Amino acid sequence: MTLEKKIHELNEKRRKAMLGGGEQAIEKQKAMGKRTARERITELLDKDSFTEYDMFVEHEARDFDMDKKVLPGDGVVIGTGTICGTPVAVFAQDFTVAGGSLGLAHARKITKIMDHALRMRMPLIGINDSGGARIQEGVNSLYGYGEIFFRNTLASGVIPQISVILGPCAGGAVYSPALTDFVFVVENISKMFITGPEVIKTVLGEEISMEDLGGARVHSEVSGNAHFFAKTEEECFGQIRKLITYIPWDNTHKARMTEPAEPKPGYDIEKIVSDDPTMPYDVKDLIKAIADNSDFLEIQEMYARNIVIGFGRLGGRTTGFVANQPNEMAGVLDVDSSDKAARFIRYCDAFNIPIVTLVDVPGYLPGIDQEHAGVIRHGAKILYSYSEATVPKITVIVRKAYGGGYIAMASRHLRADFVFAWPTAEIAVMGPEGAANIIFRKEITTAENPEEMRKKKVQEYKDKFANPYVAAAKGYVDAVIEPSETRKMLLHALEVTENKSIPRPHKKHGIPPF
Amino acid sequence: MENREEYKILNINSTQYKTKLSRKFENRTPFKPADPFMVKSFIPGTVVDILVKEGQELKHGDVVIILDAMKMQNRLKTHVDGCVKKINVKRGDKVTKGAVLLEMEKDISSASGESEGA
Repeated sequence: MTLEKKIHELNEKRRKAMLGGGEQAIEKQKAMGKRTARERITELLDKDSFTEYDMFVEHEARDFDMDKKVLPGDGVVIGTGTICGTPVAVFAQDFTVAGGSLGLAHARKITKIMDHALRMRMPLIGINDSGGARIQEGVNSLYGYGEIFFRNTLASGVIPQISVILGPCAGGAVYSPALTDFVFVVENISKMFITGPEVIKTVLGEEISMEDLGGARVHSEVSGNAHFFAKTEEECFGQIRKLITYIPWDNTHKARMTEPAEPKPGYDIEKIVSDDPTMPYDVKDLIKAIADNSDFLEIQEMYARNIVIGFGRLGGRTTGFVANQPNEMAGVLDVDSSDKAARFIRYCDAFNIPIVTLVDVPGYLPGIDQEHAGVIRHGAKILYSYSEATVPKITVIVRKAYGGGYIAMASRHLRADFVFAWPTAEIAVMGPEGAANIIFRKEITTAENPEEMRKKKVQEYKDKFANPYVAAAKGYVDAVIEPSETRKMLLHALEVTENKSIPRPHKKHGIPPF
Repeated sequence: MENREEYKILNINSTQYKTKLSRKFENRTPFKPADPFMVKSFIPGTVVDILVKEGQELKHGDVVIILDAMKMQNRLKTHVDGCVKKINVKRGDKVTKGAVLLEMEKDISSASGESEGA
C-alpha cells in the first residue's frame, strides 16, 4: 500500500469514528435539543485547540452478543485542549453510541484522561451524557465507576474538577460529579438522580416527572447539588469558560492575574446599606461596588440564597467572596447556607484564592426543623473551614455581627488576617432587643411602664454596645473605615498578605463535621 | 419572573428583620411529637404480613407487621405495652413513609388483671 493509500485509510477510519453512533442516532440526539459529544467539546474549548486520543478504542466484551457489536470510541471522547489559553483535559460521553453507557473500555478512556490531567496538573472537565452502566458488561462497569470515583477523590484539591451534566446521569454515575468541585446543569437537558421516576413509582407508588425529581432547576434550587444553572448548552459553556479564567491550573499555582480595573460607576457604596440593621439590601450590589470592573461570578445563585458566594477580582487578583445576604432570610446562617459557604471556603483554601468576607449576620436561624436537621453540625462547618484555611482571610463587618454568627464569619478569633468594620457595624453578643430583654429583665418587669422601660434599656444597650468601637478597643477589629475606603483597604490587605505562609500541626487530615 | 419585592418580617432574638423568606422556610411543617401508640412505616414499602389481630395484647418490642422494602423483610415492632386498637392496612398494601399502619391503646384490662393476680 502506498503512503497515500494508508493516509486515506486512516482518514476513512477517523471519519467512521467521528460519526459516533451514526447519522440516525445523531438526529435523535439533536431532536432532544442536545449537541453531539464532539460538538460540545469544540464549542467549549478554544478554536482548533482540541486533540482527541483513543479514537479507535474498542471494547472486548463477549457476553450477550456484545462481540458482534461495534461501538465507535466505546461511547466517550477524550482529549486535551485549551480554554482562554489554559490547558484542560476533557472527556465527553457520547450518547449516540449505546446511550453513552459505561463499559470497561469506556471507563478506561476516562481514567486515562484523568490520570493525564493529574500528572500534567491541569483542570479536568467531564461532560456527562449517559444512560448508566453497560449492563452487558456486568461487574466490569462497576469496576469502571469505582476507578473514576477513586481518581476524583485523589485529584480533589489538587486540580480543579468540573462536571457538566448534559443529559441523563443516573444511579452510581452521579457520584463522580458529586465528588468534583463544580457541577454545571442545563434546563430541560440535565437529569440527575440515584433512582429514577420509574423505580420510585414501582417501589413506592409515588409519581414524579424526571424534571421535578432531578432536573436542572431542582439541583440548583432545592438539593444544592449543582453550582451553575444555564438555559442552553451555549450559555453553560460560556459559564465554564468564565470560571476557568478565575481559577488556577492546580493547587501549586495562584490564579492568573488580570489587568486591574476600577468598579463601574453605577454602584454607590454609601447608598447600598441602610444604617437600620433591620432593613434589607442586596449584598451583591456591595460586592459589585468593590470588585474590579464590578464583575462577580456567583456560585449556587439559587441555593441557600441567604449567603452569597462567588469569584471576583481585586486589583487583578482572583478573590473568593463570602457574604451574608440581608435580602433573603435576613442573612441568617442555617443548615444549607453553612454547607454552601463552608465548601466554597475550602475550595478557595485548596486553590490559593484569598477570601474576602462581608459580614451582616443576625445569627443562626432559630427553629425546631433547624435543630433537628443538625444545624449544630452543619453550622460548625463554617467555623472549621475558616479556621483551617491558610489563604489570606480579610473580613469587612458592614453592619450586624451578632453572637455565634460573628465568630463564624471569619472573625479575628478564627485568624482573619485583617478585620475592617464600617462605622455602622454592630459587634455584640446579640441584637440590642434580645440583649436588653435578658440583661434588664428585672428592671423591665418591675417597671411601672414595662414597655417604656424596655425601649429605654434597648436604647441604652444600643448606645453602649451596638458599634464597632468596643471590638476595636480590644484589637478584634483592626480598623474602622468609611464605606468608600473599603476597596482601597482590601487592595492593600491583599498586597501585604500575598506571601502569607503559616505553619500548621502535622496531620493526615482533619475530621470536619461532614 | 418571581416577585423579588415581597419583603416579610423575620424575628431573630427579638429583633424584627425585614427580608424575603425562603420557600423552604415558609413551607416547613410544624413539629408534632411522636406518639408511641402509633406503629408507623419508617420507610415506604409493601405490607407482606400482619402478625396480630385487633384487640390482641402486646408487649413492647413485639413484631406486628412485616414490611417489604429495599429488598428486605423489615419487622415493625411496638414501642410500648398495650393492645391493638385498629389495623389500618391489609396484606399487599403499598404504604408511604410515616403512614400509621397500626394503632394501639393502653390495655386497661390487662393492667387491672395483673394487679389482681399480684
